[in-house]
Amino acid sequence: MSQKITISPVTRVEGHGKVTIHLDDKREVTQSRLHIVEFRGFERFVQGRPYWEAPVLVQRLCGICPVSHHLAAAKAMDVIVGAGTGEGLTPTGEKMRRLMHYGQIFQSHALHFFHLVSPDLLLGIDADPEIRNVIGVARTPDYKDLAVQGVMMRKFGQEIIKATAGKKIHGTGAIPGGINKSLSTEERDFFLKSAAPMNADSMITWAEDAITLFMDYHKNNRDLVDNFSKFPSNHLSLVGKDGAMDLYHGRLRAVDADGKKILDDVDYQDYLDYIAEEVRPWSYMKFPFLTSLGKDKGWYRVGPLARLNTCDFIPTPKAQKAFETYKAYTGGKPNNMCMHTHWARLIETLFAAESMKLLLEDSDLQSDNRVIRGTKTLEGIGLLEAPRGTLFHHYRINKFDQIEMANLIVSTTNNNQPMNEAVNYVAKAQMNGQDRITEPMMNAVEVAIRAYDPCLSCATHALGKMPLEITLYDHLDNLIDRKFQHTD
Amino acid sequence: MGKPVIATTALAGCFGCHMSLLDIDERILELIELVEFNKSPINDIKTFTKKCDIGLIEGGCCLDENVHILQEFRKQCHLLVSVGECAIMGGLPAMRNSIPIKECLEEAYLNGPSVKYTNDHNILPNDEELPVMLDRVYPCHEVVKIDYYLPGCPPRADLIWEALTALINHKEMDIPYGLFKFD
Ligand code: SF4
Repeated sequence: MSQKITISPVTRVEGHGKVTIHLDDKREVTQSRLHIVEFRGFERFVQGRPYWEAPVLVQRLCGICPVSHHLAAAKAMDVIVGAGTGEGLTPTGEKMRRLMHYGQIFQSHALHFFHLVSPDLLLGIDADPEIRNVIGVARTPDYKDLAVQGVMMRKFGQEIIKATAGKKIHGTGAIPGGINKSLSTEERDFFLKSAAPMNADSMITWAEDAITLFMDYHKNNRDLVDNFSKFPSNHLSLVGKDGAMDLYHGRLRAVDADGKKILDDVDYQDYLDYIAEEVRPWSYMKFPFLTSLGKDKGWYRVGPLARLNTCDFIPTPKAQKAFETYKAYTGGKPNNMCMHTHWARLIETLFAAESMKLLLEDSDLQSDNRVIRGTKTLEGIGLLEAPRGTLFHHYRINKFDQIEMANLIVSTTNNNQPMNEAVNYVAKAQMNGQDRITEPMMNAVEVAIRAYDPCLSCATHALGKMPLEITLYDHLDNLIDRKFQHTD
Repeated sequence: MGKPVIATTALAGCFGCHMSLLDIDERILELIELVEFNKSPINDIKTFTKKCDIGLIEGGCCLDENVHILQEFRKQCHLLVSVGECAIMGGLPAMRNSIPIKECLEEAYLNGPSVKYTNDHNILPNDEELPVMLDRVYPCHEVVKIDYYLPGCPPRADLIWEALTALINHKEMDIPYGLFKFD
């Protein structure tokens, strides 16, 4: 008898994604899918809006990393107002935006680690779900300090965003051709000289501590961290011209599972020559791929794991040292171990902390030379590395300054096929031969998807874990079993 | 008397309103001592396990599922608060209200520059696993009765904090005008 199992990872709910698994009559997994069930229609309804609205409008798609959309749209608008493709801005314009972006990376990564990953690490993956959450961590006396640390790291990042964008969520700082405010010396001193822990040095120390925490966990849980949901893939990101990690601007590079370069030094204004998307009827989220390799073989991963595979080095000293240790673990080869994404994310957190400090010390931030304009064009593309991976914004406008076409490929969309691979991995490992939904299986799906920190179930990555709803159907789609993970 | 019980949900929002709740920073540690969270993304409780005093709603209704959840919140919560522009007026997602949904789908899946040459069979997502989209995006108060509204996109953390602590302590809200922002 063939069967179908549906899992809705729902806290946020009830509306972002669910998993179905099909079994054949021998109870072998024949197919598994992660369905994304949200659709906004942004590409169409933004048409007709004046182009300068894009940076403030589009970020309302995601309140978890709005700065990424804000800046990617602004970078596209830079091209439209003739301010160059990422490198033409004034030093103040570019550096204020960089500071905003590293503040964002820092707060988003800290949030993910402390709110989502730390409960598993500290309380154990098998702990009672009632307490295995950030509130449980905060209310355990031994870990209260760590919870405070998580809260303060996020706060620091959010304050940086407020000082550069004007608001903690959905700011207005970046405008076509630059930025609308500089950093005052009072603001600068607040971040550099406030009493610990609200200063940049404390953030660097805490980021280092978080890496140590993860590495200790790794030592004691090597099999899980190294082998769980591991599969080879291509990896894509922007890298600096010199091969340095750069999350604000760069050129596209892709490597395969063994490290061979598939794309290198590609100007992202030409992204359509290299990347396309496939539509599959069972998901609102499209499937991007490298056109040179085709739909089946061209999918790739983005995000922290990918970025540490594509870049040659990290341009800040402490993060570079952590990067060297990380690279040594795989003998310099690309890392395809899904759970190492957490490790990579923390190294980036440290890189973001060091970058914020360097930028804060730069007196260009106090200059009034904020905006630049050149000859207008009708089309612009803006990319950057968002916390979760490469983010593409592409706009075309008409002669009345109205947006005529908008195309977005967001980070989580780039990870669509990898997340499906992860679900497939878990399904095969846990469901073959089963006719009931098991607790370990639900845990495993949750852990596998969470490594990608998907925005598709924002709550999930932001605040809690993913309670799963699994429904088991027979081959005629009759419901024969249903389980909720946390509430039975 | 037990602690006041709070539930929260994000319907068709961007999660920014929940993030703004987190922006109360250190006070979050105070909050988890003051109240008990029931169904909420904050603690993963997925279904109501008891009646709640306060329900915080982010986002309007875009899918049939959103309507069901909102109705359930109305049933289970003594007070319902629309938090933010999307819950109050539909917000950015409601920009689709003047456009036929078919045009939105075609733009995203058929005409976009990264699908135009690869979607040979003109596939549009259409599957029994995908929920039903409503004809338009509805603000929460058009679906159920809402008791309080907190404006902003998102409402600032201080506003959420002041409103919540007043509700928790059964006090009249006495909120400085400066905390109300509408952007
Ligand atoms: S009101 Fe603003 S912040 Fe809140 S969900 Fe809507 S778009 Fe996001």
